Amino acid sequence: MINIIINKISRLLSGIGHRMIARIWRLGAGARLFILAIIYSGESFKRFHLTLREIYFTGVMSLLIIIVSAFFVGMVLALQGYNTLQKYGSSEAIGVLVALALVRELGPVVTALLFAGRAGTAITAEIGLMKTTEQLSAMEMMAVNPIARVVAPRFWAGVISMPILAALFSMVGVLGGYLVAVPLIGVDEGAFWSQMQANVDVRADIINGVIKSVVFGVACTMIALFEGFDAPPTAEGVSHATTRTVVISSLTVLGLDFVLTSFMLVV
Amino acid sequence: MTSNIVEIDNLSFGYNGRLLHKGINMVFPKGKVVAIMGGSGSGKTTLLRLIGGQIKPTKGEVRVDGHVVHEQTRDGIYQLRRTMGMLFQHGALFTDLSVFDNVAFPMRELTDLPESMIRDLVLLKLNAVGLRGAHKFMPTELSGGMARRVALARAVALDPNIIMYDEPFAGLDPISMGVICGLIRSLNDALGATSIIVSHDVKETFLIADYVYFVANGEVTAEGTPEDLMQSTLPFVHQFVHGEKDGPVPFHYAAPDYRAQLLG
Amino acid sequence: MERTKIDLWVGIFVALGAAALLGLAMKVGNLTSNKIGDTYHVSAAFENIGGLKPNAPVKSAGVVVGRVAEIGFDAKTYEAIVTIKIDKRYEFPKDTFANIYTAGLLGEQYVGLEAGGDEDVLKSGDKITQTQDAIVLEKMISQFLYSKASEAEADKSAPSAESTKDKSTELGDAPF
Repeated sequence: MINIIINKISRLLSGIGHRMIARIWRLGAGARLFILAIIYSGESFKRFHLTLREIYFTGVMSLLIIIVSAFFVGMVLALQGYNTLQKYGSSEAIGVLVALALVRELGPVVTALLFAGRAGTAITAEIGLMKTTEQLSAMEMMAVNPIARVVAPRFWAGVISMPILAALFSMVGVLGGYLVAVPLIGVDEGAFWSQMQANVDVRADIINGVIKSVVFGVACTMIALFEGFDAPPTAEGVSHATTRTVVISSLTVLGLDFVLTSFMLVV
Repeated sequence: MTSNIVEIDNLSFGYNGRLLHKGINMVFPKGKVVAIMGGSGSGKTTLLRLIGGQIKPTKGEVRVDGHVVHEQTRDGIYQLRRTMGMLFQHGALFTDLSVFDNVAFPMRELTDLPESMIRDLVLLKLNAVGLRGAHKFMPTELSGGMARRVALARAVALDPNIIMYDEPFAGLDPISMGVICGLIRSLNDALGATSIIVSHDVKETFLIADYVYFVANGEVTAEGTPEDLMQSTLPFVHQFVHGEKDGPVPFHYAAPDYRAQLLG
Repeated sequence: MERTKIDLWVGIFVALGAAALLGLAMKVGNLTSNKIGDTYHVSAAFENIGGLKPNAPVKSAGVVVGRVAEIGFDAKTYEAIVTIKIDKRYEFPKDTFANIYTAGLLGEQYVGLEAGGDEDVLKSGDKITQTQDAIVLEKMISQFLYSKASEAEADKSAPSAESTKDKSTELGDAPF
C-alpha cells in the first residue's frame, strides 16, 4: 500500500521535473533563435523590402482591429470613469483618467494581446506550415539561411509595428474617451484637455509606454516565431503551436508589464 | 580528382542509438543518373539530407566534389549547396510567391544578376519544363504535376552540378509521371549534371537510371544497371522489382502467432 | 500584392503612428504647456518636505516657473536640501520665500515662491534661506486632537452643558 503511494508520488514528481526540464529547454532554444535572429538581421535591413512586406502583414493588417478596439476601450473608460468621478465632484479629471490608463497600461498591453491574437498566430501558422511543407528545408538546401530570410524580417517587422500600433491605440482611445466625455456627457472641453495635459508627463508616461510596447513587440514576435519554428511538422502540431503562441504571449505580456511597471515607478 | 562527384564512404547514421544506416558505400559518377531504391522508411531521403549537409553522419563520411561535407563550416556547406539543386517530395514551393518568383528565388538570393536578366533566365527555365505560360500563377493554383515541374525549374535555376530528386514520381498521374521522367533525363544531359534519384517507382526509375542502388535494413543489398537488376536472382530485389507481395520482406509485420492471439 | 502598394500602405501606417505619437506628446502630454528653456539652479533647505518629488512644479503666483531638480539630505543639519531649476526669464529677489504647498487637500505637492523686496536677485547656486515646511496631514490631525484634548481638560474645571455640545458638533465636522 505504502509502496504504491510512494511510487505514485515519485512518478508525479519526476513528471513535474520532466516538464520543467522541457520548459527550460524550450526557453534556451527560444533565446538561441532570438540571438540568431539578431545576428542574421543584416539582410532584413539591406533588403528592406523584405521587412516592409512583413510590416504590411503584421502591422497594416492589424490596423483595423487595433483602431476599433481602441475606440471602444476609450469610450468605456470614459463612461466608467465619469460614473465614479462625478460622485466626488471631479468629473473634469476624466481626461486624465482615460489618458493615463491608456498611455501607461492599456495602450501597450491591450495592443500586445490583440497583436498576439491577430499577427502572432498568423506568424506561427505560416512558419509552421512552411516547415511542414518542407519550404524551410528547401530554402536551406538552396543555401539560403531561413533565419536571415524568414525569421529576421518578421522579427523586425513586429518590433517596428508594435510601438506604432500602441501609439495609435492610445491616441484613438483618448479620442474615443473625448467623444463620450465632451459631446455626450457634457464635460467642459477645456478642462478635459488641460487637466490631461497638466498630469500626463511626456517622459514618465508616454515614453515609458513606448518602451513597454517595444519590449512587448520583441516578446510577442519572438514567441510567435519560435513556436512556428518549433512546431511538429503535422497539422495537429501547427494548430497546437498556434494556441501556445496566444497563451504564452498573453502571459508573458502581463508578467513583463508588471516587471516593467515596477521598474518604471521605482526609477 | 576522381570522376565521382559524390562519394559515400562507410556511412552510418542513426537517431538515439538506433542505426538507420549501417556502413553504406556508394559512388555517383559525373554525368550519370543514379537511383537509390528501397522500401518506405529505409532511409533514402535521409541519405539526400546527409549529402546536402543538413544532418551529420554518426560514422563515415560523405564527400562532395572532394570535400568532406560534415567537416565544412556553415559557410562551406552553403558554398557546396550552391552547386546542388534539390526537388522535394511535394515540390516545397514557397506558397506566398508566384511561380515566377519561386523560380527567381535562388537567383535573387544568391546572385547579383540584374532583374532583366533574371526575368530572361526564369522564362528560360520555365520554358524547359513547359510552364512558361503559367508564370503568373500562385502555387495553390497548380496541379500536383505542374507544381513538381515548377519545383524542378527552381531546382535547376542556378545550373547545379548535382540534382537530387526526392520521390519525384510519388502521387502523380501517368502522364505527369512520363513528363517528369523525360525532364529528369533531358535536364541531366543538357546541364551535364549528375542526378541522384530517390524513389520506389521501379518502372520509371529503371527507364532513366544509369545505375541503381538498393537499400534495405540500412545496407546496400544490391547494385547494378537496371538491366542487371531485372535479371537479378537476389530474393529481395526480385520481390521489389516485380512487386510481389510476399518474399524476404514479409507481408505480415512481426506478430505473435495468429491462432494463439485469436484464441488467447 | 505589388511591392509599390505595400510600400504605400506601410508608409501610411508609419505616418499614422508618427502622427499618433506626436498627438500624444502635444495634445495629451505636457510637452507644449510646460516648456522650460534655459534654467538656473537654486537650493533651499526644509525641515520636512512631505511628499515632494523630483520634477514637481515650482510655481509663483500660480504660474509654473520651474521644476524641482533634485532632493537631497544634509546629514549634519538633518534637513532636506531641495534643488530647484527656475526658468532664466524669471528673476527673483534674494529674500524670496519658498513654501511647500499641496494642490487641493490630497493633491500633489509643489514649491511655491513668494517674492520678497530685496534689490539683489537670486543667481545660480544661491540658497533660499526663508522656507516653510510642507504641511503634513497626520501632524495637523494630531495637533488638532491635542488642542481639543487640552480644551476638554480646561472645560472639565468649568463644566457646562453648552460646551460639551459644542465639542460633539465640532468633532462631527472634523475632516476625518
